[in-house]
Amino acid sequence: MSAHATQEAPNDWDFPAFAGDHEHHEPSFIRKYIFSTDHKMIAKQFLAVSLFFLAAGGTLALMMRWQLAFPGQPMPVVDFLPSTMAPGGIILPEFYNAMVTMHGTFMIFFAIMPLLVGVFGNLLIPLQIGAGDMAFPRLNMWSFWLAVPAGLLMLASFAVEGGAAGAGWTAYAPLSADGEYTGVYLGQQLWLASLFILGFSSIAGAVNYITTVINMRAPGLTWLRLPLTVWALFITAILVLLAIPILAGALIMLLTDQTLGTTFFLPETGGEPLLWQHLFWFFGHPEVYILILPAFGIVSEVLANGARKPIFGYTAMVLAIVAIAFLGWIVWGHHMFMSGMNPVLGTTFMFSTMVIAVPSAIKVFNWLGTLWGGNIHFHVPFLHAAAFVSLFIIGGLSGIFMASTPVDIHIHDTYFIVAHLHYVLFGGSLFAIFAGITYWYPKMFGRMMNSLWNRIHFVGTFIFYNLAFFPMHGLGLEGMMRRLYDPTQYGWLAELQPWNVFITYSVFFLVGFQVIFFVNFILSMWTGREAGPNPWNANSLEWSIPSPPPHGNFQTIPVVYRGAYEYSVPGHERDFLLQNEPPDDAAKRRPEPAQRVDPSGQVKDRGGDQ
Amino acid sequence: MSQTAAVSAARGPVDPTRPEPGLGAYNLKLGMWVFLLSEVMFFTSLIGAYIILRFAHPEHFAAPGEVLNVPLTAANTFVLICSSVTMVKAFAAIARDDQKGLQLWLVATIILGSTFVGVQVYEYIHLFRDGFVPNAAAYTAGGGPLYGSTFYLMTGFHGLHVSIGVGCLIWVLIQAIRGRYSSSHLGGVEVMGLYWHFVDLVWIVLFTIVYLI
Repeated sequence: MSAHATQEAPNDWDFPAFAGDHEHHEPSFIRKYIFSTDHKMIAKQFLAVSLFFLAAGGTLALMMRWQLAFPGQPMPVVDFLPSTMAPGGIILPEFYNAMVTMHGTFMIFFAIMPLLVGVFGNLLIPLQIGAGDMAFPRLNMWSFWLAVPAGLLMLASFAVEGGAAGAGWTAYAPLSADGEYTGVYLGQQLWLASLFILGFSSIAGAVNYITTVINMRAPGLTWLRLPLTVWALFITAILVLLAIPILAGALIMLLTDQTLGTTFFLPETGGEPLLWQHLFWFFGHPEVYILILPAFGIVSEVLANGARKPIFGYTAMVLAIVAIAFLGWIVWGHHMFMSGMNPVLGTTFMFSTMVIAVPSAIKVFNWLGTLWGGNIHFHVPFLHAAAFVSLFIIGGLSGIFMASTPVDIHIHDTYFIVAHLHYVLFGGSLFAIFAGITYWYPKMFGRMMNSLWNRIHFVGTFIFYNLAFFPMHGLGLEGMMRRLYDPTQYGWLAELQPWNVFITYSVFFLVGFQVIFFVNFILSMWTGREAGPNPWNANSLEWSIPSPPPHGNFQTIPVVYRGAYEYSVPGHERDFLLQNEPPDDAAKRRPEPAQRVDPSGQVKDRGGDQ
Repeated sequence: MSQTAAVSAARGPVDPTRPEPGLGAYNLKLGMWVFLLSEVMFFTSLIGAYIILRFAHPEHFAAPGEVLNVPLTAANTFVLICSSVTMVKAFAAIARDDQKGLQLWLVATIILGSTFVGVQVYEYIHLFRDGFVPNAAAYTAGGGPLYGSTFYLMTGFHGLHVSIGVGCLIWVLIQAIRGRYSSSHLGGVEVMGLYWHFVDLVWIVLFTIVYLI
């Protein structure tokens, strides 16, 4: 299969073909678009499915916001829902529970996680390490085609008797373990089965990413020359690999509690509800970093490109990613301060959680250092990346509040945490995803997205995002509980109702601006300007080949001579230097030594690159 | 610029025909090792839950041998360990291009693996008759319902892994009969062996903590 495999390979499928290896032949429609093994097509498939779930989760959020602003009033437009959900457009409490649960589930497991890991992992890892494809292209196809039935099961749970799962995305036992408590039987089981299947998809992807990064880097692409996106995705894949199986075990136990009558989490027959929380958050906290580390990588890439400077502190950035990933394993208890915990243990978790602020601050410092003195190009991806840094700071700081046990006792399970998690997941991850999509859209589709509409989308999103989520901090401090169906039933919250109305209007505008993005995303595939191989004048390997890259990506194995952030190299004609541009060529392109007069009037030879 | 040039020089010239050195394992082998790491975490969640529940509710768990049939399972453990030996023999056979040997040892591994699963099913049937069931409401054996819940969870998922392993072994055997393996092309057999030894190792842990302690 591969003529290039010079090192002895015990299997012929070891080295996927490079584009130059064989005569180009067009695969059939099904092989090309549906059961594709091409990592770029799989990335696009994940992109389509996760954008669908992003829209579905957003729709649920809209309906929840309607209920919170105007409790008990019929929803406009959405008056067709069955009487088990919203008779006459008035949302029932049990349907509200289902919406809260499914909004979280859709957004975390079916939108943000596949967008970051499924889309950018698949797209960028082979392209940025100079490989023809993943190590296991067929396993990669399975990774996508396991995610699809998982998503369908999750969607189908809305249609079964009792409705979709209503115990929150965290599915705390015993609420989730016995249908008696929520009135949801089959829906909860479908939720569990769906996430279990999705776990296989994630693990298949992680095995692929890890193997590919370790074994298939192009000649010269040493570990410390890897783009930070690859580093972030590699470390994320390790987290996925080790965390998802813990969730799988917990899901199985909860599922057998419901179906086979076991008693892991049911206290009346000896089970331990707290065991669920420990298992869930032992998975759940690494999961938090699964949702943000790839965003760190994307932002580093885009900021350096926009600032036309090398990333500040490359090695420190790598070490910070590794440190965060490691610390993420020993902090899960900070989700459980209010669940009954030995104060000594609580203090331990408080301390370990606050330590994470150190590597996070290193990253923020280095991003600002990257911008410092840069010749900044305010292109759309850069805007989103800069917004990411500012919003991540807010989300990170509110995280410190909750890490402190005494403060957490007051704000636990209030809208303060809703504000915090949306600042890191929307303000953080989703802004990075917008940066990533707008940055690599030309590489995926060969055309640029419309910049004007993208800027309008950015400005609207940034403003209304903050208007929607910042006031939630205040509501939380005032004691508004998360997952609350009707705030007006409490006197002290009824006084704050204008804030809920304000937030709801902001969310409506926020969602409205996302429509602009979706339309722009689709129309630009046909109407966008041709991108060419390197529209952003970037350095990493994917920009050295056509957009979109052909099947097999590289005509010949690229040889890498430097890191990915050689922007504005002194004495160099252009302000970027592709990783695989041979040093000799780069030297030839260097301008003639210019004569420069310095203030003393002495003529100096500017020389080469001393 | 000069700095990167210096770095390149320090490493010597890049050989454009070779990828950067990885961990020295070919893709399939490395992929299996990575996958087994996630399997370790999966069994960690099950075993961890068992340890926590057992410490929290010791009254739910009977003394070793009181409910479970230790001699039978000890013999079964021996069967599974033997199957690891035959798996190694299969790999050794193909490493010296002995096709007949490969097939014979694979058949032996399949028989031993199937025996293990068969004995486990036999054991389950007897335990069910004694009221040792996963369903807490129907549990009537010694100890309490947590005993049944954790026992079937851990041994059940291990049994499932052995069964999947036997299925994969049959597939490897078919490939072997078709002559797909040779001393220079034995990745499939080696990776199958990795999985098989892992499942064996998990059982030794499970046998110890579920039956003997």
